[in-house]
Amino acid sequence: MTSKSDRREFLRKSSKFLLLSGAASVAYASVAEGQPEKAPNYRMHDHWWGMVIDIDLCIGCGNCVRADKAENGVPLGPKYFRTWVERYHIPPGDLQHPEKEELPVVDSENGGFDGFKEKYKKGDGSKNFFVPKLCNQCSHSPCTQVCPVGATFESPDGVVLVDREYCLGCRYCIHACPYGCRYLHPETETADKCSLCYHRIVRGLTTACCEACPTGARRLVDLKDPNDPVHEFLKMHKVHVLKPQMATGAKVYYNALDGSVR
Amino acid sequence: METALPGVQGFLYPNEIELQWSVLIVLYPFITGLVAGAFILASLERVFNVQAVKPTYRLALLTALAFLLVAPLPLQLHLGHPERSLEMYLTPHTSSAMAMFGFIYLWYLMAVLLLEIWLDYRKEIVLRAQSTPGMLGWIYKLMTLGSYNISPQSLEIDDKVGKFITVVGIPSAFLLHGYVGFIFGSIKANPWWSTPMMPIVFLFSAIVSGIAAVLLVYMLISFIQGRKTDMACLDTTARYLLYAFLIDFGLEMLDLIHRIYEADESFKTLDFMVHTQLYTSQVLLQIIFGTIVPIGLLALVQLISLSEAARKGIYVISGLLTLVGIFAMRWNVVIGGQLFSKSFLGYTTYKMEFATREGLLPTIILMLLPFAILWALVKLLPPWQDEAGHSHSS
Repeated sequence: MTSKSDRREFLRKSSKFLLLSGAASVAYASVAEGQPEKAPNYRMHDHWWGMVIDIDLCIGCGNCVRADKAENGVPLGPKYFRTWVERYHIPPGDLQHPEKEELPVVDSENGGFDGFKEKYKKGDGSKNFFVPKLCNQCSHSPCTQVCPVGATFESPDGVVLVDREYCLGCRYCIHACPYGCRYLHPETETADKCSLCYHRIVRGLTTACCEACPTGARRLVDLKDPNDPVHEFLKMHKVHVLKPQMATGAKVYYNALDGSVR
Repeated sequence: METALPGVQGFLYPNEIELQWSVLIVLYPFITGLVAGAFILASLERVFNVQAVKPTYRLALLTALAFLLVAPLPLQLHLGHPERSLEMYLTPHTSSAMAMFGFIYLWYLMAVLLLEIWLDYRKEIVLRAQSTPGMLGWIYKLMTLGSYNISPQSLEIDDKVGKFITVVGIPSAFLLHGYVGFIFGSIKANPWWSTPMMPIVFLFSAIVSGIAAVLLVYMLISFIQGRKTDMACLDTTARYLLYAFLIDFGLEMLDLIHRIYEADESFKTLDFMVHTQLYTSQVLLQIIFGTIVPIGLLALVQLISLSEAARKGIYVISGLLTLVGIFAMRWNVVIGGQLFSKSFLGYTTYKMEFATREGLLPTIILMLLPFAILWALVKLLPPWQDEAGHSHSS
């Protein structure tokens, strides 16, 4: 009886050991801790991150804004955003007098955090759409250029990051960003911006905003990965970056971007 | 257009609602401009041998020093982490205009201004170190840096080196303030700032403000000390002020005309801003009262002959208006550049606080501080010598 029990015990323990050895045990430990797996094999030079945003798919639900604020500790309130959503309303213009063209009416109450209340009626001749915004992870980023101490830098995998242990809080970078993507964090008193959820993407996860997007309007893409569907997407669609005249090497590509968007 | 938040008109990117650079950053180019302008005035006498402005030579140098010592303070007070500011010198990011400015500032302070003042005053410092008792005597002894040699040969070397430093100092002063202009002018994201005219406009407005400041300080100190003002000096300085002003105004108008004529995508937004939020500070204070009126007054002195008292009155009024106008110009650049959205679809407002870190109170204190320093400097190193060739001790 005793020997049988010992054998059973041995088999149970050894099978558990075999099952949970190596990667499996690491994964099990991570799951047990509630942490995403570590990425010991992540090599920065193998990646070149960007994002594709499909304007036609964005429904202005604000999930991305909420997810981002929760994930990255962005202060609540209408003045601090790593990502936000704008609603564009373009009234029917007088095509014979383009110089008198009315400006688009844009709103982004609380950055779209609470979603958007219905405001414009269908069939009134206007054009309405949502534009999610975030740091464009420029490869010639003006914010990096002007930082007096190099606290803002471009990582080898194409993400513009801020070292909050090093930033002086001079706010020169905030002025240098043509897209308004930076703010001074009121608690740390350092510059803050979208990090493309760097802590997640190096672990093989997608960004919080992409994960929370119900329509797939935002997609994290690895431009260095030949198997990433982004290459096919960029080939098959007419995409644009924001303010191309700024020549910042922006890596957030918009599909179906209207010319009125700034 | 819709209003969602107080003080906001139209649409701004949400992160733009709050202004990043406050009145302290307005003060900084204003003060640096006074430094550069005062030094350039001093250099006129030394390098170009303009005898008429000689009475203001040392005063201009001391004024430049007093303001230069205060120049970094508004920046320091504004930083989120002032304790890290030294990193700008220790680990500078070479592509950053701001980081490089730190070195230009140090160069100008240590290699130009302090050295020139020391060489110019060396003989008096040594004499005073030997004759002044007590604590003050020790200060003079410290200021000799251990060199007591005031033989004629030694003083001749001082003079030669001093002249050389002034020659180096002129481009340095140009660099100092031109570079401040570059800090703003190189921000391509901001159409109100981004123009190659910015350094040159900053430079000439600096010369204007520096000359006006020295003119006023000279009259004020002469008045306080009961000394007779040298009218030839005042007239010449005021004439230089007029010339510098004409160039400055010409450059600013060129910039304005160019913007109006080109009328690029940012024009409607900026034009609206100038006609609304910036109307008082730009059109009234900067252009009309701060530029056209003083230019008119200074030109009047050139055209008709006026009594000494009338001329003095005109110099005081136009000097004060000039300083107000140049301060307004700095305000319009720094604050104006943040009032409109980079989306060109909306505007925000700047609400100045009072007794906060970046409020009006520290600004006033920082603006008065250079005058306190200047008062101490004038006591320590009197800028004028009496008839016997000794320094006038006040």
